[in-house]
Amino acid sequence: MAVDSRGTADAAPQHGSGEQRPRMGFFTDTSVCIGCKACEVACKEWNAVPEDGLDFTGMSYDNTTGLGADTWRHVAFIEQRRPLGAQETGAGRAPVDLGMPAVGRPGDDPDPATLGDFRWLMSSDVCKHCTHAACLDVCPTGALFRTEFGTVVVQEDVCNGCGYCVPACPYGVIDKREDDGRVWKCTLCYDRIGDGLEPACAKACPTDSIQFGELDELRGRAAARVERLHGEGVSSARLYGADPDDGVGGAGAFFLLLDEPEVYGLPPDPVVTTRDLPDMWKHAGLAALTLLAGGVAATILGRTR
Amino acid sequence: MGVRSWIGGWPVYRQLTGDDPLGRGSAATSARTAALRPRTAEADDVVPSVCPYCAVGCGQQVYVRDGEVVQIEGDPGSPISRGRLCPKGSATLQLTTGPTREHTVLYRAPHAADWTELDLDTAMDMVADRVIDARRRSWQWEHEGATVNRTMGIASLGGATLDNEENYLIKKLLTGLGVVQVENQARVCHSSTVSGLGTSFGRGGATTFMQDLQHADCIVIEGSNYAEAHPVGFQWVMEAKARGAAVIHVDPRFTRTSALADLHVPIRAGSDIAFLGGIINHVLSEDEYFREYLLTFTNAATIVGEDFADTEDLDGLFSGFDPEQRSYDVMTWQYEGMQTAAASGDRDQFAGRGTHHDTKESGRSEQQGAGGAAIEGEWPRRDDTLTDPKCVFQILKRHYARYTPEMVERVCGIPPATFHRVCRYLTENSGRDRTSAFCYAVGWTQHSMGSQFIRAASVLQLLLGNIGRPGGGIQALRGHASIQGSSDIPTLFNLLPGYIPMPHAHHHQDLDAFVRTDAADTGFWSHMKSYAVSLLKAYYGDNATADNDFCFDHLPRITGSHSTYDTVLAQIAGEVKGYFLMGENPAVGSANAKAQRMGMANLEWLVVRDFSRIESATWWKDGPEIESGELRTEDIATEVFFFPAASHTEKSGSFTNTNRVLQWHREAVPPKGDARSDLWFAYHLGRIVREKLAGSTDPMDRPILDLAWDYPMDHGDEPSAEAVLAEINGRDADGRPLSASTQLRDDGSTSCGCWIYCGVYADGVNQAARRKPHTEQDWISAEWGWAWPDNRRTLYNRASADADGRPWSERKALVWWSEDVGRWVGHDVPDFEADKRPDYRPARDARGVAALSGTDAFIMQADGKGWLYAPSGLTDGPLPTHYEPQDSPFPNPLYGQQRSPARLVYPHEFNRYHPDADGPGADVYPYVVTTYRLTEHFTAGGMTRWLPYLAELQPEFFCEVSPELAAERGLTHTGWATIVTARGAIEARVLVTDRVAPLRVDGRVLHQIGLPYHWGPNGYSTGDAANELSSISLDPNSHIQEVKAFTADIRPGRRPRGARRDALVRDYQARAGVTDLTGTEV
Repeated sequence: MAVDSRGTADAAPQHGSGEQRPRMGFFTDTSVCIGCKACEVACKEWNAVPEDGLDFTGMSYDNTTGLGADTWRHVAFIEQRRPLGAQETGAGRAPVDLGMPAVGRPGDDPDPATLGDFRWLMSSDVCKHCTHAACLDVCPTGALFRTEFGTVVVQEDVCNGCGYCVPACPYGVIDKREDDGRVWKCTLCYDRIGDGLEPACAKACPTDSIQFGELDELRGRAAARVERLHGEGVSSARLYGADPDDGVGGAGAFFLLLDEPEVYGLPPDPVVTTRDLPDMWKHAGLAALTLLAGGVAATILGRTR
Repeated sequence: MGVRSWIGGWPVYRQLTGDDPLGRGSAATSARTAALRPRTAEADDVVPSVCPYCAVGCGQQVYVRDGEVVQIEGDPGSPISRGRLCPKGSATLQLTTGPTREHTVLYRAPHAADWTELDLDTAMDMVADRVIDARRRSWQWEHEGATVNRTMGIASLGGATLDNEENYLIKKLLTGLGVVQVENQARVCHSSTVSGLGTSFGRGGATTFMQDLQHADCIVIEGSNYAEAHPVGFQWVMEAKARGAAVIHVDPRFTRTSALADLHVPIRAGSDIAFLGGIINHVLSEDEYFREYLLTFTNAATIVGEDFADTEDLDGLFSGFDPEQRSYDVMTWQYEGMQTAAASGDRDQFAGRGTHHDTKESGRSEQQGAGGAAIEGEWPRRDDTLTDPKCVFQILKRHYARYTPEMVERVCGIPPATFHRVCRYLTENSGRDRTSAFCYAVGWTQHSMGSQFIRAASVLQLLLGNIGRPGGGIQALRGHASIQGSSDIPTLFNLLPGYIPMPHAHHHQDLDAFVRTDAADTGFWSHMKSYAVSLLKAYYGDNATADNDFCFDHLPRITGSHSTYDTVLAQIAGEVKGYFLMGENPAVGSANAKAQRMGMANLEWLVVRDFSRIESATWWKDGPEIESGELRTEDIATEVFFFPAASHTEKSGSFTNTNRVLQWHREAVPPKGDARSDLWFAYHLGRIVREKLAGSTDPMDRPILDLAWDYPMDHGDEPSAEAVLAEINGRDADGRPLSASTQLRDDGSTSCGCWIYCGVYADGVNQAARRKPHTEQDWISAEWGWAWPDNRRTLYNRASADADGRPWSERKALVWWSEDVGRWVGHDVPDFEADKRPDYRPARDARGVAALSGTDAFIMQADGKGWLYAPSGLTDGPLPTHYEPQDSPFPNPLYGQQRSPARLVYPHEFNRYHPDADGPGADVYPYVVTTYRLTEHFTAGGMTRWLPYLAELQPEFFCEVSPELAAERGLTHTGWATIVTARGAIEARVLVTDRVAPLRVDGRVLHQIGLPYHWGPNGYSTGDAANELSSISLDPNSHIQEVKAFTADIRPGRRPRGARRDALVRDYQARAGVTDLTGTEV
């Protein structure tokens, strides 16, 4: 396992202290998500997250639109004229040719072979609790810290609202609450899991789409699930954020998706934005040294002249 | 704090000295973080509770600290929900503790422009005065020459959201007052279930329980949006799916349920009988039925009388139709050899031919909630070869022969290939070793043929041998926390507790005549007198004696239909003075919302009990008729009382969920301010009225003064719900709790408030409060709550074993006969006499339960059989038959008869119907509308639209249309559309989606429009109410309204404001040529 300048690739040991626990995380299996949004509400009730405004967006049943300071779980809804494995549906197109021009949307597949295909994808998004968390890297106050569970949490009594973390997040998760000035995001219910409870969203989830547990065990479970779905003909099933060698060193909250990540509004290849920071410091240091050396040389040369 | 710990608390010190040199973990933790504890850990008390929204009945745990509810979560021990909650259940903390709840009594004086606050005691006193006054002024001793002892001046609506104990006390009080117009949401949601399932199997509840769905090999969800309306119950469908079951969703729209199904079948709303009839035809003609099951447990072999004529013979009518009365005389539908017996009997449906219209209108079929319809006479003749042309099997074959795949395509818009796929899934997964389940909800019940939709599924499931077996059955998904309970302990006009019918003025003179009329000679319903006498003892206590017929004459009498819709029309006509609304919002949630408000505007007084200022409480100041100028606030004389209600966390009581399981929720904190439980309201209203009437010698006051109305208080002046439950359970002569309904006697020595709930307080223990975690029990979890009847979870489970009592297969074993112990044994409590041998055969003169044989699995049926053919019990036909909805854009392709001939129509200025499909003006309302629920909201919105956490998830009323319809009508995605019917015009945001597919029906393209019905003008998330569009047209069995399929026009843009809104509706009416007669043809 690669070791970088910020410690180890494993997030858990980054906490330090003797109370090290197994790294905990979320596995969100979107193939069983029914889009009920219980996760959104359970999260808000537990964490007293404010309501986020009434906006009818027209984005299918998604009126939350994305994660933010006041939305720590977000369910995306994607309607597609594509088949889902062995599922048969009469939606998407009429089961018979209506003899009328179709009203296509940009990006829709005009291939007549796919007429009648339809699927409705739902996925509950959340903070990824990255192994290499840029938000944590850039936080100048120590408000963001790595917990003994390997999760990344903002301490609301420390955060001064500088906002450095907001552009640092490769997923656009962490966000500043305007009337409050501080940043807020999923804590993976740090208070609950410290007491042996499940995070609120995972506990509420009616179909166990959101699973909470030790990350290693979850990764094993997820791999088996993908294999099973492939066996059932859902060839598009894939994991997102489960790979420890990806750009964030693997996510503590990872997903089983049924399409490309972009479809769900997720970056396809997220990279910790502070990846190049050590190099940049190195270059900057070198430049400074060179400048210094140049200055010294110039001074000496100037004197000798 | 010492210096050392002060320094040690310094992050930099910790970073330098600890094992977190980078200062990104433990060294960075603040004091607050270090001290962080979940608030659940700090709770003083964790109170067991039940979610107050839908009827899944998810377990909750209410965390209380310092007298405040601080958190509500799922109870992991619940075998039903396993700790999970949907968004509504997850929002119950906001529901119960949020700022939008009212805590003060509000009063609107006649003609006043606004509310004023009122002291609770004063308000109660005023309401009591008004009840007494309205009762006096509207008292009827007689109606058309028959004794009725009642008032038609008071009506009540609500109960499905309340506890069983509250429903019991409300019905008891109102019955004591002589009020018969008592109704609740059960009428509007699932009354067809009671008549449909009850007539088919003997009881009006789901035949199975949700957890058992995990054992199904195929699940057909039709008429239900299971995943959206019952998300936590849907986990059992997902369990089945994970075990390899096929999941089929038949629905006009592709919903969140379809998204998880293996097969989605788009169907034209309202055409389900044609679809199910097609499958029945397929099963019969391809010999795919389960013959051994059929012969053992159904009436397939029974011979029907010579006089019966089918729809095949009469172009869509059955024999016995009287076009003048618009109703059937059911005599010709009887089994052979039964007519003579019935004529000499006094069976209600068979009673004097001159009165069958009244009987029909009184919603008789719901009596089948706990017992099948009566039949009389000789044991009917059978033909076990199933070849006699007059046997049920052959009649069935002939009746459905025209329901071909091509006809299914023509009527429903379902291509033959898809239809055959469904047939194959179902037949391949039914039989000895495999079972299939059906799940439905109000997508089936809310039609003018609602009861017959459910009958069609019942016929199919009997043919396939799927009733009474694990993984089989029919799950009626109910939608309110205790809507099953409010049917069992009914706040319904036509029923007394335990599905004992309300006595009818024309037919019941005394108790014996009443019992003779309604009891069966055979089966468990033959004990009806014990049930009725025990109920009268519970109602009237020591005042009920054998000498006074147990106060039977105190019961007010019904004369025809007094359903909520009849009451609304009576209100408009000015016949009703006072109206109670208890947890129900008809100004949004009932069909024809305008008629609901116009009725209320004609009342003298209105009492609304709710959490917030719902539309039904404020229509007089801000309703649509005020905006349009049709009504002026200063002209409205209705006095309005708003009483804030207690929430489920603020009172104790039981809910009965869709599994028929009673679950107790305990009071966590007392209600604040003036908020009170409905138990408190009913009890104290009764107490005050009785105090005011004390000493009265007026015979009119005898029934209310004779009521047994002495309940202990829990604390303060809150009556003990547990004491009410004990009364419901029943006591013996010495006051000891009974443990089973078989202990009930007809001599007055026992009392019992609801015979089917007898046993819920066995041994003086509240069995509904049992919470043994599912992890410590088998999958049936018999020690969680208590199910009626007798804690049986799968009804008719005798049918899980063959004629000899052996399981049909090891894989599908549930209960079986054990020769060793001489009893039925197994996983579930046997729904059968435990020691009746499978080879028991009754003597020919046997009566009562002894008349049922060892293979009569349907023990509540008079003949012990599952009814493929219903010789009695339903008023619109013995076999499900496709008719078009009241408003339909298509002529009926199956018969000359367009609509159900026996449906109930109520032509009125506010309730106009649309023209016939093939007549002039039909194209004015060309599209089919279907209404539905969303996960994020609940019914008429009173418990969700006020909550920010739910409102933000579905913030606005919208309509769902296909891209093709949007193009045809120029509708813009996220823009506005106006939807118009002959009843009203509303506006909605437009959601253009592929999920609503156009269909090819009867040779042309049909567009359907989806409308969630949760919205109204009040609350945090607002919008027009879909029920402004719907009409009052009812199923004659259940009096349920047809809101799942009607027609409308849609056009771009917002609706007109003010008087122009009504002008638009009238313009449409004129273009369509709508008159008072339109759509009322037989």
